[in-house]
Amino acid sequence: MTEICNCKGLASTISEYIDGELPPELCAELEKHMSECENCTIVVNTMRKTIDLYKQPEPTNPLPDEIKSRLYTRLHLEDYLNK
Amino acid sequence: MSEESLNNPNISLAALKAGDRAEFARLVDATSNHIYRLALKILRDPQDAEDVLQETYIKALRALPEFEGRSSLSTWLYRIAVNEALMGLRKRRLNLVPVDEDPEEEDAHPGMVLTDWCCLPEDELLSAESRQRLDQAVDELPETLRVVFMLRDMEGLSIRETAEMLGLTETAVKTRLLRARLNLRNQLSLYYAERLTEKSSE
Ligand SMILES: [Zn+2]
Repeated sequence: MTEICNCKGLASTISEYIDGELPPELCAELEKHMSECENCTIVVNTMRKTIDLYKQPEPTNPLPDEIKSRLYTRLHLEDYLNK
Repeated sequence: MSEESLNNPNISLAALKAGDRAEFARLVDATSNHIYRLALKILRDPQDAEDVLQETYIKALRALPEFEGRSSLSTWLYRIAVNEALMGLRKRRLNLVPVDEDPEEEDAHPGMVLTDWCCLPEDELLSAESRQRLDQAVDELPETLRVVFMLRDMEGLSIRETAEMLGLTETAVKTRLLRARLNLRNQLSLYYAERLTEKSSE
């Protein structure tokens, strides 16, 4: 399962490619290579997906009560604590 | 800054500047959770994160008279929080490597795991267990890479904004971002490859 990709030179451009910040000629070069290289295509797709996953908002836990209470006290906002 | 992540009900800057306590309470209510989570992610210590949370509002109150509203209130507040958290990091001597010195260049292109796991269903990719693995993978990144990845990819700052906030060149940010992303992609690939194997043997 754990193959190693040997297209080393390309790794440095992948990140910028995903951000859409790669200069056009390098972009074309990478896309041409990807059309012939399944490994690099997988690396690009899984990296894009990785970033995507990290962008998903986490289920929001509210601020723990005791932290909130200490914050409001420190800021002299006790009167607004239970609203 | 990702404006959506701080769901900011219309807070009146004028009211804040006039010392309106109720308005200040609304601001704290709308932003404190995000700021705490952010500080926690950077510092990985609940006590330190709580200190940052409190200091952020105290500094903000002090700086409020000079705030001209060129950026949104939440962005401004958030910058104070990030700076405060970064200062906390420095204090703990987990210092961010200075500008032109880039860490461990030799490992810039680690071997890559080549499993295509993009086809896994979304509920599996983001199951509670998966989310835990995602968090763990970020936590295990070296400090210098983690902070860059967090600001750029998790908090949505641009390369330039990330560079400014960390006092790094844009090139250094890009290099670190690439290394962080390669590293995380590999970690996630190892994990999801297992999930795929489990699925196919079910
Ligand atoms: Zn390739």
